[in-house]
Amino acid sequence: MKLVRDTWLIFQQEAGLMVRNPVMVAFSLAQPITYLILFAPFLKVVMVDRGAATYADAYRIYVPGLFVAMGLFGGLFAGYGLLSALRAGIIDRCRVTPVSRTALLLGRALMHVCLNVVQAVVVTLVALPFGLRVHLANLLVSYALLGVMVLLSTSISYDIALLVRNENSLGVLVNTVGQPISLLAGVLIPLVLAPMWIQRVALWNPFAWATDGMRALFAGQVFQTVVWQGALIMIGLAAASLLWSSHLFNREVS
Amino acid sequence: MIEATGLRKSFRVGRGRGASTVEAVRGVDFAVRRGEIVGFLGPNGAGKSTTLKMLATLLRPSGGVATIAGVDLLRSPAEVRRRIGFVAQASGTYDDSTARRDLVLQARMHGRAKSVAQELAAAAIRAFQLDDFADRKIRTYSGGQRRRLDVALGVIHSPQVMFLDEPTAGLDPPSRARMWREVRRLRDEGMTIFLTTHYLDEADSLCDRVSIIDAGRIVAEGTPSDLKREISGDVVTVDLAASELLDAAGGDLPAATKLLAEAPYVRAAEPVDGALRLYVDGAATAIPQIMRALYDRGIEPGAIETRRPSLDDVFLAKTGRSLEE
Repeated sequence: MKLVRDTWLIFQQEAGLMVRNPVMVAFSLAQPITYLILFAPFLKVVMVDRGAATYADAYRIYVPGLFVAMGLFGGLFAGYGLLSALRAGIIDRCRVTPVSRTALLLGRALMHVCLNVVQAVVVTLVALPFGLRVHLANLLVSYALLGVMVLLSTSISYDIALLVRNENSLGVLVNTVGQPISLLAGVLIPLVLAPMWIQRVALWNPFAWATDGMRALFAGQVFQTVVWQGALIMIGLAAASLLWSSHLFNREVS
Repeated sequence: MIEATGLRKSFRVGRGRGASTVEAVRGVDFAVRRGEIVGFLGPNGAGKSTTLKMLATLLRPSGGVATIAGVDLLRSPAEVRRRIGFVAQASGTYDDSTARRDLVLQARMHGRAKSVAQELAAAAIRAFQLDDFADRKIRTYSGGQRRRLDVALGVIHSPQVMFLDEPTAGLDPPSRARMWREVRRLRDEGMTIFLTTHYLDEADSLCDRVSIIDAGRIVAEGTPSDLKREISGDVVTVDLAASELLDAAGGDLPAATKLLAEAPYVRAAEPVDGALRLYVDGAATAIPQIMRALYDRGIEPGAIETRRPSLDDVFLAKTGRSLEE
């Protein structure tokens, strides 16, 4: 109960600060919307033999991929915020109070989840005029899947941040890890177009499963096995990674 | 209120074969009574902040025991946290937040309900006179305003013991004076205050008792006046930096030190920064003798200064180094 209350408290504080900085939120949307408008049309051409006859089809394939890319990178850069809060002494100030230490981490991570889902909603709305059509229920499930994914990528970023303890190494590591994961998840171009060996490697990429699940949801195939498989993989990994970050975080830090 | 025995902290530095252990705090004992302002005085890297962080439950001691407000530090750190306030050297506030928001959050982290937290924040804003800027972004505050907010955050839950890490580092003189007033006010309200400082005047005029710490060990402990009384007599400083002979010979300071250290009217002589610091029983009788001795050796002294002993003299006597260097 205390964990829930404290997590909500930290979440409110972090979200409140984010709302006070609307310009930053707007800028963080610039990249996904650019991709949405300037990249998705390519897909119609590339995928014309694979069931993308119209713009609506192209967006149905691309938007879920974009969600994964946003969820992956949005979370992976969360470690910067943690490092700056550590450096500013904010974390130390909070640790000297009886507040749950796990809540300090969880509240922050949930703020990133919330931010990314809001961004996904905006992206969905922008994609509608281009012909994107998706069932509301399926859309809501895909937002939930996105949320778990952000929880995973955020906690991975926290793990790295707590281990390396400096922004430069964090940036290098995040890009080194993020690029292959996103390409091997087929966020830009679906993996069906990839050579066989890449598809084999991608089987080991949890985010590839999540992307397939996300695309199935947008295609209206809620009951396809890949949906629950992707969700289970994300939930399991997110839980494991969160446990590890909270272990690293609760370990004494100077 | 605070009792520490044999408190120790060592850090491992580096990895693998290159790893070594750094002893930051090498076993300190001290006690702080209720309603006292006690200061740890020492140079940077002496182990002041590390000691403070151990007492504030931020670092686990490598050895030793401590009780704070009657609670065992190692066994029940959570209970200790309810009873203490802590103001770190780094400010610990969000640039984009406001004083009011952070105060409310701080009270709520201490478990207060929202309405209570808002009242506590309003009361703190009045008590620390933050009214003029309480709803402005913290990034617009001056150093002194920020520091006052830091202390207000640290005491929002009326702790019994307050830890302040370098409360006035980097502040201008008026802001420092104001911070001292705030610290005394908290003490008068019944709080016990433990602070670290590397400012001599701060230790001298703000603290009821001072522990001088150097290289992880307490080298002297007592009230500022008791500590200074140990160094009885006067301090005479002879400036030799301007001496032509010093330039020519390239080192008359050691010669002058040796000469005067052996003189019967000088109790101790220490070279400090191109000057010679002499501890004598009475400046009035010693100065003519010092002058004569120097002239006889052909050394022409620059300015000669005499004053009562300071805490720096205590530090110098105990460690062989000056804090002011």
